[in-house]
Amino acid sequence: MKRRQVALLLPAMIASVAVAAACTTPTAAPDRKAGTDRTAMTLADGYEPESLNPLLGYGEEGVSKLFDGLVEHQADRSVRPLLAADLPKPAPDGRSWTVKLRTGVKFHDASPFNAEDVVATYRALLDPAYASTVKSSFGMLTGVNQVDPETVRFDLAYPYTPFAHKLVLGILPNEALAQPGPLAKNPFGAKPVGTGPYKLEEWRKGEKMVLAANDGYFEKVPKVRKVTVVFATDDNARAQRMKTGEFDGTSLPPALAKTFEGNGYRQITHRSADYRTVTMPMANPVTADKGLRLALNHAVDRQGMINAFLAGKGAPASTPIPQALPEFVEPAAQFRFDRAEAERILDQTGWAKRDNGIRARGDLAASFTLMYPVGDAVRKDLAQAFASDAKAVGIEVKLEGLGWEAIEPRMGKDALVLGGGNPFDPDLKSYPLLHSSFGGDGFNNPGRYSNPAVDRALEAGRREADPAQRVAQYREFQRAYAADPGMVFLAFLDHTYVVRDGWSGYQEVVDPHTHGLTWGPWWNLQDWTPQG
Amino acid sequence: MSAGAPSRARAIGLLALRRLAFAVPVLLVVAVAVFLLGAASPFDPVYQYYGVQIFSASAEDVARARTELGLDDSVFVQFGRWAGTLLTGDLGDSRSFRQPVAQVIAERLPWTLLLVTVGLLLAVLIAMVLGVLAAWRQGGWLDRAVTATGHALEGIPPFVLGLVAVAVFTLGLGWLPGGGLTDAGETASFAQVATHLVLPAVVLGVSQSPWLVLHIRQSLLTVLAEDHVTGARARGLGEPMVVLRHALPTALLPFVTLLGARVPELVTGAVLVEEVFSWPGVAGAVVKSALAVDFPLLVALSLLATAAVLAGSLLADVAAALLDPRVATDG
Repeated sequence: MKRRQVALLLPAMIASVAVAAACTTPTAAPDRKAGTDRTAMTLADGYEPESLNPLLGYGEEGVSKLFDGLVEHQADRSVRPLLAADLPKPAPDGRSWTVKLRTGVKFHDASPFNAEDVVATYRALLDPAYASTVKSSFGMLTGVNQVDPETVRFDLAYPYTPFAHKLVLGILPNEALAQPGPLAKNPFGAKPVGTGPYKLEEWRKGEKMVLAANDGYFEKVPKVRKVTVVFATDDNARAQRMKTGEFDGTSLPPALAKTFEGNGYRQITHRSADYRTVTMPMANPVTADKGLRLALNHAVDRQGMINAFLAGKGAPASTPIPQALPEFVEPAAQFRFDRAEAERILDQTGWAKRDNGIRARGDLAASFTLMYPVGDAVRKDLAQAFASDAKAVGIEVKLEGLGWEAIEPRMGKDALVLGGGNPFDPDLKSYPLLHSSFGGDGFNNPGRYSNPAVDRALEAGRREADPAQRVAQYREFQRAYAADPGMVFLAFLDHTYVVRDGWSGYQEVVDPHTHGLTWGPWWNLQDWTPQG
Repeated sequence: MSAGAPSRARAIGLLALRRLAFAVPVLLVVAVAVFLLGAASPFDPVYQYYGVQIFSASAEDVARARTELGLDDSVFVQFGRWAGTLLTGDLGDSRSFRQPVAQVIAERLPWTLLLVTVGLLLAVLIAMVLGVLAAWRQGGWLDRAVTATGHALEGIPPFVLGLVAVAVFTLGLGWLPGGGLTDAGETASFAQVATHLVLPAVVLGVSQSPWLVLHIRQSLLTVLAEDHVTGARARGLGEPMVVLRHALPTALLPFVTLLGARVPELVTGAVLVEEVFSWPGVAGAVVKSALAVDFPLLVALSLLATAAVLAGSLLADVAAALLDPRVATDG
């Protein structure tokens, strides 16, 4: 019950209790529901999953509460074995990985977990008949086999060093995958059975989801026994309901989150690897020009955008490698805001200023269209700021807010504000985003950026087993990219959350570009304990 | 009268049968139209299937998934497939809710019926009280206030009313919950649902009431000027007796027809109100299914809405025919 409501109802309650006491035995006033029972937690989420099936992308980064992967990510970005008994081991040639499995683990329905479940899960992922939506990010995987009941082997098309990060995928019981067919038709997505610390008690679609602690969990049984996740898409609505005391936590845009500082709430800011970038399609004669792309990278005031639109919560981005991967960041590949330098490059590369203030080279005016997904306020703000910074150096950017369906066919010709990112390994995002083999492949590398030096470094990076050599390759990749930037990276967005006091166990972490409260401060909710 | 009754009943029965027979082609046309509109829309259902994974999916995998899902088939093949399964009693699977359409409707329809019934009863109640009072004291301050507010309300869409109600009663005063079926984490008990029903039902009722209020007022004014009322007054009957016993029943007849005719607005109102209050009803699902180009669910919901409109006008006509022997049964 809401606080203000309680205050207003108090006199009425006293009166009714007094009346009741007069005729029957005295009854206690009802408990305040939210706030007192710290073993139950209510969270509000702006994003409701379509399905709870890991093969349809639920808990893609391995933090799903309901499922466990063979390994899981830790706060320091490393992986630790979860359903695996030890860390996965690559063969000397790097073309296969062997995983020893934990024994004695049971699914929520009490059926035992074993190698068959792992094999069934990954085979369904690879089998087109199941139409798994995460298949594309497993391009290196060719097959999965059971070596013995406690061991599985993954066969790869090429050596892939960050493969352990892929094994965070939640494991399904093989019974759920007995029937081949598009997974959307599989009732499992609404009635999931995993091995995770929580099991699904109720899912009222469009409204809320109730998770209950899994008493048979093979690690620590969660102290927060019940988690209710309420779905409320609108940021303002969520903030308002949070204010009435209905929720114990939610994610909010920085400006709204700030209003909760103090009063029993704490604002939590997570750094993230969640970038926003402007693509520069190679099929467009304006954006394909190397000088113009370089100039734009100097012309945009990244910190200004962060201060103006993100309440300062973010970090400037020049490449897809975030500060969250500090050892991989190449300092020489960072663009400074330098309008004079941008103008100098444009002058040098033949983009002369015309009477109307817009530059042109021959008949070609320095003008292009920038698309952004309509309804995404942050991307719209960034697009507008980008356009005004470009205008200041004589480049005209025409803005168009569109739905994704309208954006997709035009991505090859028109620029787009694109987002993505994850903090676990530089390969996971950089390769599909900038390698030429992914050019024009769905939303991967939509501008068809192609740079042999970048390709070489990215290929070497994913195959290299030696950590120091890998770092060198990714730094080389960034230098090659910065010499011929294929995009204009703008910022890594911080994610901001509001959490009610009363629990301990929060551990700081760097967020991926995830949707929903599987991640965020609650990524390790199973380890939280109620206080007081 | 007694001799005419059986044939009158038969005429009304025939009216109902004719309307029901007419409903079949109408429903069929609606189903085909929704399907064709959906096919012509720029939305691609494969986006719904993929969700955010679309951003890392390769073009080849997306194409494979399209084939597996049968999205590349012509719209006629897709419609044929849907119609075929429909005949076997299977409404198909909803892509946006990822559960069978029948289940989506079964879970949500009761909440919509509850909301709409309470909302409509409120609207009728408001109309009766305010309409009668306004007509009775025509030109008085109450009449002026009711008429002005009524005309103003006609122009205000229900969702605006809903947002204002949330701003005042949830955020300002903190009296009532602003959304959902229950408080977060509560089971759907009577007390929970009742408190959560208040705002959406009142908003729906109030948003539907201006037409009804103004209509009752107007028809009561007409009736009050008629001979039988003047006669009643002349006989020295008390004002309440004259208005409630003599004038109101005559004025209510067209009101019944109006109620039936307002079902489409009631359906639209329910969609908006459910959306604003995150009421887990079937009307709110319309928005989601439309945005997701969720053919199976969208067609089912459109048919449901069409059926509601047809049933509304049929019930109104039957009621009018039953109440007033002068009403023709268009036969």
